[in-house]
Amino acid sequence: MPAAPSARALALVGGVNVFIGILLVVQMWLLTASLESFLADHDEASLPGAVVSGVLFVGCLLLTRFIDRASRRGGL
Amino acid sequence: MSRSHPSLPLWKEDVSFRAADERFVMRRQFGRAMALTSLGMFLGNLWILGRTWTRRLAPRNPSAVVVAGVSELAIGQVKVFAYPTQDDPCLLIRLSATSWVAYSQKCTHLSCAVVYESETGRLACPCHHGYFSAATGEVLQGPPPRRLPRVHIEPRGFELVAVGMEDDRA
Repeated sequence: MPAAPSARALALVGGVNVFIGILLVVQMWLLTASLESFLADHDEASLPGAVVSGVLFVGCLLLTRFIDRASRRGGL
Repeated sequence: MSRSHPSLPLWKEDVSFRAADERFVMRRQFGRAMALTSLGMFLGNLWILGRTWTRRLAPRNPSAVVVAGVSELAIGQVKVFAYPTQDDPCLLIRLSATSWVAYSQKCTHLSCAVVYESETGRLACPCHHGYFSAATGEVLQGPPPRRLPRVHIEPRGFELVAVGMEDDRA
């Protein structure tokens, strides 16, 4: 029977989730700012907004995969 | 899909009976759910980008459109018309016997429809109480950041013709 995840492992996953949450909050602000700019007929912010949002999404994805890979290696 | 504990049956891996395992699985699933939410917001930004590009494809030099007859409106009266496309509502206002002005009806704050107040001579946005001058389109009060885009009106014979749009960033 594999060993149960340690408290350290749970804390690590929790910490990564908090970091993902921070990225989500930033991304949410970015979406609302881009939408407000679009409604105001300002087109300058749409491309940078999409690019930064994509970077944030990739960051969330990498963090999620980090947890998955670490758990598969048995480190957690 | 790789499994973290191949020695266990799949149901035991996902439905843990140990509290620590269950907390771990729940936190991992929560992380995945947040990543999915992040994807949704990214797609939202992509949609905004796509709409921006399609909006830029709209004709830059729209053709002249007859808006109203010269004597159609009384002083202080308003007529709604669409220019340059059917999705762009505008207001034509007769300010005096020889003066007409027209503006986009979309408030520069968040695109609510502005209405003309003849008693005060201004255009009012009911959403967030923004006010524009009917004579110049400038912002008088409230959250709108820019003046209303003006539609250039030319009297041609007995008709009033819309011939172009002022860039609202000017």
